[in-house]
Amino acid sequence: MSIITAASTWIIPCIILTVLLVATWLKLPTYEIFVEGGKEGIKMAVSLLPFLLGMMVSISIFRGSGAMEAMINFMSPFLSTIGVPSEIVPLAMIRPISGTAALGMTTELIKTYGPDSFIGRLASTMQGSTDTTLYILTVYFGAVGIRRMGDALKVGLIADFIGIIASIVIVTIVFGA
Amino acid sequence: MVNLIWAFMAIIGIVYAMFNGTMEEVNQALFESADDAVTLSIGLISVLVFWLGLMRVAEKAGLLRLLSKLFKPIVTRLFPEIPKDHPAMGYILSNFTANLFGLGNAATPMGIKAMEQMKELSGSDKASRSMITFLVINTSSLTLIPSTVIAIRMQYDSIAPTEIVSTTIMATVITSIAAITVDRLFYYRRVSKAKK
Repeated sequence: MSIITAASTWIIPCIILTVLLVATWLKLPTYEIFVEGGKEGIKMAVSLLPFLLGMMVSISIFRGSGAMEAMINFMSPFLSTIGVPSEIVPLAMIRPISGTAALGMTTELIKTYGPDSFIGRLASTMQGSTDTTLYILTVYFGAVGIRRMGDALKVGLIADFIGIIASIVIVTIVFGA
Repeated sequence: MVNLIWAFMAIIGIVYAMFNGTMEEVNQALFESADDAVTLSIGLISVLVFWLGLMRVAEKAGLLRLLSKLFKPIVTRLFPEIPKDHPAMGYILSNFTANLFGLGNAATPMGIKAMEQMKELSGSDKASRSMITFLVINTSSLTLIPSTVIAIRMQYDSIAPTEIVSTTIMATVITSIAAITVDRLFYYRRVSKAKK
């Protein structure tokens, strides 16, 4: 554990060190280039705002009204029949939609069932092995102004589904049910 | 499809609230989330400015080119549409690297930059083949060390907080391979449709 923690605290400073050493060695005007590049960040964050706001508001209406819970309850039996444990169904369904909600659910599952239980391990694996598809699409497409997303969402969601199944199979094989 | 999902989440939510007496919660959620979105976007300014600034220095120093040279065989196969020495490659790789090391806030600026470069290549507001591949790989997550999950497990007194690292990596690898495969299948479907 200590090696992992040490690695993650060292890595960013080391990246900065390498970049600045090489750039200074090449006699580049480092500070001016940094400022020039950084300026773009402000514009990006601002152009991102409406995309994020729109998506987050819609998700929160869906969640706040209780409709999301109803949908999860409705879908639970279907997912249970293909082997998804019913405790994990809400997390599996929320993971691609909302990162904060998923993290909250993972914490709740770990707290309730214990981190070393089957559900705890499965929730941990699921949380770590996929990302919030809807958020990533919103941010990346939003920031550069892509209006027609093509197959991106479909492919992302299919991959998420495969990821859920993969997590269950792997955790069952590695730790036993 | 995004338009439909977006509208339907709100529509279903409001209609559901009408019949279940949760309209108050909807109102509250609405403005809280709008607030959160602003905080999140503004909060992104710090990481965006810092990483984009540093990456510009790295780009000028030729470090991004070096990175793409190192991983050329893999990336050129994943992104056949992008010319080998195009700056997009460097940013795509920086994004992947940041993701692998769990530097989420560094990965986002580099990913956006990569998208920007890919948009310049395609010159349209429609998602190009490379963009879809790139996004799908990102959504399947490339973490080696899921640090947040480990932290939560430690908080709840796990005997082995890091034991899920191996299962997470395995699941990530399978998801990524699945994502790339599904992406390819959809691409070939698009191509054969276009031919007809």
